[in-house]
Amino acid sequence: MRILFSLAAVLALLLVAYVGVAAAGGSYFFLVVFPYLALAAFFIGIIYRILKWAGAPVPFHIPTTCGQQKSLGWIKPAKLEAPSTTWQVIGRMALEILLFRSLFRNTKAERVPGEKVVYGSCKWLWAAGLAFHWSFLIVFIRHLRLFLEPIPQAMIWLENLDGFFQVSVPGVLITDIILLSAITFLFLRRIFSRQIRYISLAADYFPLFLIFGIAATGVLMRHFFKVDLKAVKQFAIGLVSFSPLQPEGLGIIFYLHIFLVFVLIAYFPFSKLMHIGGIFLSPTRNLANNSRAVRHINLWNPKVKMHSYQEWEDEFHDLIIGAGLPLDKE
Amino acid sequence: MNDRGKIVAGLIIFLVLITTPIWMNLVAEGDAEGPEIEILTKDVPGQDKCVKSKTEMAAQHMDLLNTWRDEVVRSKARVYQTADGRYYAKSLTHTCLKCHSNKDKFCDRCHIYVGVNPYCWDCHNEPKEFK
Repeated sequence: MRILFSLAAVLALLLVAYVGVAAAGGSYFFLVVFPYLALAAFFIGIIYRILKWAGAPVPFHIPTTCGQQKSLGWIKPAKLEAPSTTWQVIGRMALEILLFRSLFRNTKAERVPGEKVVYGSCKWLWAAGLAFHWSFLIVFIRHLRLFLEPIPQAMIWLENLDGFFQVSVPGVLITDIILLSAITFLFLRRIFSRQIRYISLAADYFPLFLIFGIAATGVLMRHFFKVDLKAVKQFAIGLVSFSPLQPEGLGIIFYLHIFLVFVLIAYFPFSKLMHIGGIFLSPTRNLANNSRAVRHINLWNPKVKMHSYQEWEDEFHDLIIGAGLPLDKE
Repeated sequence: MNDRGKIVAGLIIFLVLITTPIWMNLVAEGDAEGPEIEILTKDVPGQDKCVKSKTEMAAQHMDLLNTWRDEVVRSKARVYQTADGRYYAKSLTHTCLKCHSNKDKFCDRCHIYVGVNPYCWDCHNEPKEFK
């Protein structure tokens, strides 16, 4: 049900774009109005949510037991697993964000006949997740060639590297294949693993279908239903320089592609996709494991009126002397 | 204690990165509208139009060339019939480049603009440019 709902939603979006352009001729809406609305929702939404998160108090350091905390000098600390300085935290965050360190630790529990429960390492999610995110990033960066004039040389290199195999004209891009395969795996994983299917929501399936739809329409447009690239670039540059154009020669497939893209952009701040910012704010990753060395003060701690030994001694100074007791101060 | 300062700094870095197309277009000196393509050799005898319409060619010329190559190389089918019944030799150098001889102002301008790097010229000789 949740799967069908998400699939139906994406198909409905495609239908909206198809009918809107082919029957209603709404190219102004799809090329100008909706993109700007989506971008406005994206920027306002992201800024709003991150600023809201930024106001949250920093929690007490949460040590996760995957490495030796910094302790006595002769005990070797695990600098990346239990960082104690800011630079070590940056190292752990970099591993997390660039290589998904936590997912690498993913395990799987399985009931095997004759045994109770068997736990084992399971790297599939990590591998597919890494493949998906990195190829998506490269695909994203590659698209900059349509927004920049002149095109930075690095973009050309990236594109040439991506099309290294020179299969077909225009060349098949490696990241396109990896992206589509990885997202297919990530979807099948939610279907075939009973536990994961149980906890999966429409909000999990919808972005998967949406991104699959974007990648699929993109690949179809590159290899099967070609559009005039010059017109595409005129549209793209017009969009980002706030003088939108509606050039001729954009096929229906282009409208399907960018409509899904702008739906994704508009949906972004309201969805799980905000993990792009959230991962930087994971308390078990971004707090140094130094709770024994640095005092943590909670924002909500009430002001406690303190009376230190020093103040007590000053207050009863004469009486203490009178009783013949020693003073700390001397 | 909260980390508002650090988070806002991170947010600003993100916004600067994600708006790359916007601010780079402000500083870039490129021609956003794209180049006009020119055909300098207009008066080739008997040739006044292309093998397909301009719109089709703009989007699909690479398909046509690819199909031509396959048909010529694999099944010796060397003659192409257009939709309106004209016949052409399936050849980039002998058919296309007869009219579109100025590669730098016809092919290259668009290819550079959209960042396409066809490897036709790895094998084919570049035509002598009409200066």
